[in-house]
Amino acid sequence: MASIGVPIGDFIANEEAGIDRPMPLAGARKKRRRFSLWRFIVLFVAGAYFLIPIFAGLKFSLQDISGRFSFQAIQNLPSAPGFSGAFWLSMRLAIVTLVVSILLMVPTTIYVHLRLPRMRRLMEFITILPIVIPPIVIIAGILPAAPLWAKSSPYLLSFLYVILSMPFIYRSLDAGLSAIDLKTLVEAARSLGASWLRTLTQVILPNLRPALLSAMVLTLALVLGEFTMASLDLWTTIPVWIVQFNTASSGHVQTAASMLGLIGTWVFLTIIVSIDRSESRKSRRKTGTL
Amino acid sequence: MTNVNEVATSLPLTHTPPASGSRVELDQLVRVYGSVRALDGFSLTIEPGEFVALLGPSGCGKTTVLRQIAGFEQLDSGRVLVNGQDLSNVSAQKRDMGMVFQSYSLFPNMNALNNVAFGLRMRHQRSSQRLAKAAEVLEMVGLSDQAKKYPHQMSGGQQQRVALARALAIEPQVLLLDEPLSALDAKVRAELRDQIRMLQKRLSITTIFVTHDQEEALSMADRVCVMSKGRIEQMATPAVLYRHPNTAFVAQFVGVSSRVPTLYRGGSVDIFGQACTVRGDERPTEGAEVDAILRPEDLTIEPDPQGIGFVTHKSFLGATTRLVVQVRETPVRIDVRSDQGEELELGAHVNVKVISRDVLVAARVENSATQTA
Ligand SMILES: Nc1ncnc2c1ncn2[C@@H]1O[C@H](COP(=O)(O)OP(=O)(O)OP(=O)(O)O)[C@@H](O)[C@H]1O
Ligand SMILES: [Mg+2]
Repeated sequence: MASIGVPIGDFIANEEAGIDRPMPLAGARKKRRRFSLWRFIVLFVAGAYFLIPIFAGLKFSLQDISGRFSFQAIQNLPSAPGFSGAFWLSMRLAIVTLVVSILLMVPTTIYVHLRLPRMRRLMEFITILPIVIPPIVIIAGILPAAPLWAKSSPYLLSFLYVILSMPFIYRSLDAGLSAIDLKTLVEAARSLGASWLRTLTQVILPNLRPALLSAMVLTLALVLGEFTMASLDLWTTIPVWIVQFNTASSGHVQTAASMLGLIGTWVFLTIIVSIDRSESRKSRRKTGTL
Repeated sequence: MTNVNEVATSLPLTHTPPASGSRVELDQLVRVYGSVRALDGFSLTIEPGEFVALLGPSGCGKTTVLRQIAGFEQLDSGRVLVNGQDLSNVSAQKRDMGMVFQSYSLFPNMNALNNVAFGLRMRHQRSSQRLAKAAEVLEMVGLSDQAKKYPHQMSGGQQQRVALARALAIEPQVLLLDEPLSALDAKVRAELRDQIRMLQKRLSITTIFVTHDQEEALSMADRVCVMSKGRIEQMATPAVLYRHPNTAFVAQFVGVSSRVPTLYRGGSVDIFGQACTVRGDERPTEGAEVDAILRPEDLTIEPDPQGIGFVTHKSFLGATTRLVVQVRETPVRIDVRSDQGEELELGAHVNVKVISRDVLVAARVENSATQTA
């Protein structure tokens, strides 16, 4: 591993020294080289840790039973028994979860920031609970308690997913709201004659866009990947289907389904990161002018 | 949003100043935060078109006054009246107040022009009309060329000028400025100070300007209201405030002064062997230990080898030279003509004389040899 890191580190150090700039002192240069070497080792290990399983999955889903390269598994996916039902159920749950979460959390978080800043600690604590309490505990508590009409609808799951997604949504929104001078912006808008609704839609939300998007992607990833609750509530969502659709020849199709979900989430993440980046570049320039 | 400048020049200038500004009356405002009485019976009347500066130390309630007028917070008691109308039940949205905040407050998601046009958009003006108006107001603050820039692309001074334009664009009843210049460097601050004053006169808009910088207050305002602990200490023109402070607080907060310990007896005090009458509202009890508060120009010196004090510092201010003369335990600041000051060596003994008709006294503060505002 180290033998890969050295030449790369060297290459970078040489590149930088080559730029028309006074040569750094020998000691500083050595330090820098060691630093970038470590950087690459860490990056490499972490990258391998994440990428090898994904690569293996991807490779597997692009093989047929005899091990040759083929798109067959992906082609078979839509027609696999139960897949489309599970797919659309997951999608509906995701959309309902997103809408309910946003409608619940955006006004709440803004209100806490504006009017109850001292409650932020408490909010943080409450919203972190779903991470501390295992989903199995939540669902095991809810199922016996929920009325029949709620249990017979898949949207009970959405209700639970709203709870599960709270930590992500609250944290993203909290960070987004802390990054702007919310109180001043709201007061400026109000004194210029904006109603509360227009203040929200034309001043707060546009400045919260990156935070909102990342909250939404995280929620989406969570809903599309959640297994425990869905399986105990007896609804066949994508993760449940992947486990159920388990025949000798189906391994490739299952893996293809997982990969599809992963790639979909990645595409969203990439979009968010690029929006976030341009946003943070803006704010960096802003602090530069103060 | 085509070419904005073109639109602006093709339309007649529509910004005619209102016949006269609004009259503002603040009646016994009280606002309590926990144990802090941020406003403690604050009353003030501002004439139409007047420029009033609220001056006071940090935490004395200046911002709270503006926030009450703008309607951002509830009063515990008291009334805010504009043109005789009680605003108690009017929301911030409906009050028509133009506020410029201490911190940068432009909407980051809009360019300068759209920031300025925001208030007009909220008033449902047609797009072409409001952009023309916004461009015109931007021109007034000298920023036509920055119309397309976003807040993060502008300097602090430019942002505050856009914020001023945004507040002016809605032709507000009252312009509320909360230390709009405090984040800017000295040169930009001086420029903007002149610009604000000029625009305010031209539009004859009633303006309340909050500051803790006495120079800013004295140089800009028609009248200055000195505040302390949620109350008014004195409200007067800059000249009166400086020459005839009513209270020791004002004397010390506005301008430079020295405190000289003395005794109050029979309506006068003894200062360096000279009996001086006492002025102002605060009368001490007979025989009380007090401090006389003296401006550098209230005093003069005579060189005298047997004099009661000696010169410890000299600083050249141009036409005058400021001396610090040590009289017993008390350092006293005295302004003299520079030719006279030049003749004095450090350590030279002098006699100190009071040349003002009367002096202001305040209750004795231990360890308060000299105080500067
Ligand atoms: N929201 C609040 N909660 C609690 N106390 C407050 C609040 N706002 C203001 N205060 C208190 O009220 C007093 C007056 O505050 P204010 O902001 O009006 O002062 P200021 O004169 O504007 O000071 P500065 O020059 O520092 O801006 C202060 O003691 C402050 O601590
Ligand atoms: Mg303030």
